[in-house]
Amino acid sequence: MISGFVFRALEGRIVAAVGILLGIGILVPALNLLTPPDSAIHIPTYAMALFGKYLCYALLALALDLVWGYCGILSLGHGAFFALGGYAMGMYLMRQIGPRGVYGNPILPDFMVFLNYKELPWFWHGFDWFIFAMAMVIVVPGLLAFIFGWFAFRSRVNGVYLSIITQAMTYALLLAFFRNDMGFGGNNGLTDFKDILGFSVQADGTRAVLFFMSALMLSLCLILASAIVRSKFGKVLVGVRDAESRVRFLGFRVENIKLFTFVVSAMMAGIAGALFVPQVGIINPGEFAPANSIEVVVWTAVGGRGTLIGPIIGAILVNGGKSFFTGAFPEIWLFALGGLFIAVTLFLPKGIVGTIQHGLKARHALKAAADAEKGRGDATTVAQAQAAE
Amino acid sequence: MNMISETRQKSLLYLENVSVSFDGFKALNSLSFVVEPGELRAIIGPNGAGKTTMMDIITGKTRPDTGTVLFEDTIDLTKRDEADIAQLGIGRKFQKPTVFESHTVWDNLELALNRSRGVFATLFYTLSAEDKARIEEILETIRMTHRKNEYAANLSHGQKQWLEIGMLLAQEPKLLLVDEPVAGMTDAETAETAVLLKEIAKTRSVVVVEHDMGFIRELGVKVTCLAEGSVLAEGSIDFVSNDPKVIENYLGR
Repeated sequence: MISGFVFRALEGRIVAAVGILLGIGILVPALNLLTPPDSAIHIPTYAMALFGKYLCYALLALALDLVWGYCGILSLGHGAFFALGGYAMGMYLMRQIGPRGVYGNPILPDFMVFLNYKELPWFWHGFDWFIFAMAMVIVVPGLLAFIFGWFAFRSRVNGVYLSIITQAMTYALLLAFFRNDMGFGGNNGLTDFKDILGFSVQADGTRAVLFFMSALMLSLCLILASAIVRSKFGKVLVGVRDAESRVRFLGFRVENIKLFTFVVSAMMAGIAGALFVPQVGIINPGEFAPANSIEVVVWTAVGGRGTLIGPIIGAILVNGGKSFFTGAFPEIWLFALGGLFIAVTLFLPKGIVGTIQHGLKARHALKAAADAEKGRGDATTVAQAQAAE
Repeated sequence: MNMISETRQKSLLYLENVSVSFDGFKALNSLSFVVEPGELRAIIGPNGAGKTTMMDIITGKTRPDTGTVLFEDTIDLTKRDEADIAQLGIGRKFQKPTVFESHTVWDNLELALNRSRGVFATLFYTLSAEDKARIEEILETIRMTHRKNEYAANLSHGQKQWLEIGMLLAQEPKLLLVDEPVAGMTDAETAETAVLLKEIAKTRSVVVVEHDMGFIRELGVKVTCLAEGSVLAEGSIDFVSNDPKVIENYLGR
């Protein structure tokens, strides 16, 4: 049963994508660690960290594609799940600092000493334990998605109204996390991390492992997403997107279908956030900004929604472009991003991967038609030849 | 009183004094309507007579303000939602053909099949030989075997209507509600649809809403004429179409 579920996921292009991702996941750290810095093929650590960040964004875009591309839920608040996963990881990393902080308090992180906390807030307990923190990386975003989805889908909030309340959700969290007395470091967030599982987060070896983990988690989530969309459940999901009332009148509980997908997607976004934080070295409330969530929608649309692989490509290309433009021509980046979104909407409404797929399908159909035509042409010639005799 | 309770006990679907209004407009006005097991019934009536509203109430999309709606004498349909009612065995075809356009004909039927519909049951579902045979049987019934791998989006209007009827068959309902099945069909398609519906009605109850009088004549069944939210006349097509009230309200002089 389970093996059938996973086996179904391994369609040709998914296997190819996983192969490429794992190849990059091994090759990039290897080139970073095993080649001397002056070698032509050496990959500097900053570039590896940058590309690791793109992989986390790619996972976030994949998570969004599951709900938007397949279930038709345009979430404009997926950045919130990403940030919550990031904060869970950040809390673990803060607890690992121990007495090495500026104030040298063995229990309390620096910002708590600064804000006159007497003891650790209850919700910080357990985060010094890696397994617990990693569980929270998926439990907290999953729980928020569950509570939010439970109410929204049960009351049949749909379309643009749902998008607006997801946006409101991430904005409310942004405001909440900015407050100092929330206990998450307020405006400054969590930073100055030292160790992860006893290894320095600054060390090249640690960064290499984090890079590999990003590629690995992206691959695993891609396989899971593929297994979901290729199962009968996935077909129901597309049904919900295209004709929700038909699904309902066939006897399916649409609210449960949406809820399950939304929660799985939020958990993936949480994992992406958790891998992001040690690689960039900081998590602050800015990650909850509504604009961030909207950018994820742009990546997904550029790559091609409803294709799973498209959003991964979209996230990497757009963020690669962002890094290049903000370095080379900082003042035109926002115009370039806006222009890109307009261009994709006008000329590539299916996104990059969607357009390629569509083109291949059309060429295939054209070829089949041409073959049929040719076959008939031959038959006609034969018939004419026979008639002539 | 005795007679009423007897009718109720024998009925598959029982509506009594059902009223509903939207913003002061009475869409249904103490409507009473009974469908017996195995019956094929046609419903006619002018626009705004409440035909679609009645279907909305039976399938749980709309709640009535007052009145009784019972399925198999015991189940109160006003307390159930769409998914529940579909699982009880009431299938519904919409006025506009509603199929899953980005799925193939086969997948459309597979989704409609009356199997466990939970999240995990569908995640780990694999097509069994029995389900395969059932889908092939339905494809035969709706005459679409040769198009089973076609995307539903590429079907003609008439074929979409049949596919939707096929999906309802896959659901194995006890009662089928069909809203304007032959709207936009050619004469040949209309005649074939009448044959199809009569065949389906052999094993279950069917309620057909239709404007096409020729089609209803072809079905040759009991007809109910609705107007302004209640029953105007009920009987054979000849009886109903000669009723002066029906002529006045619907058929025109």
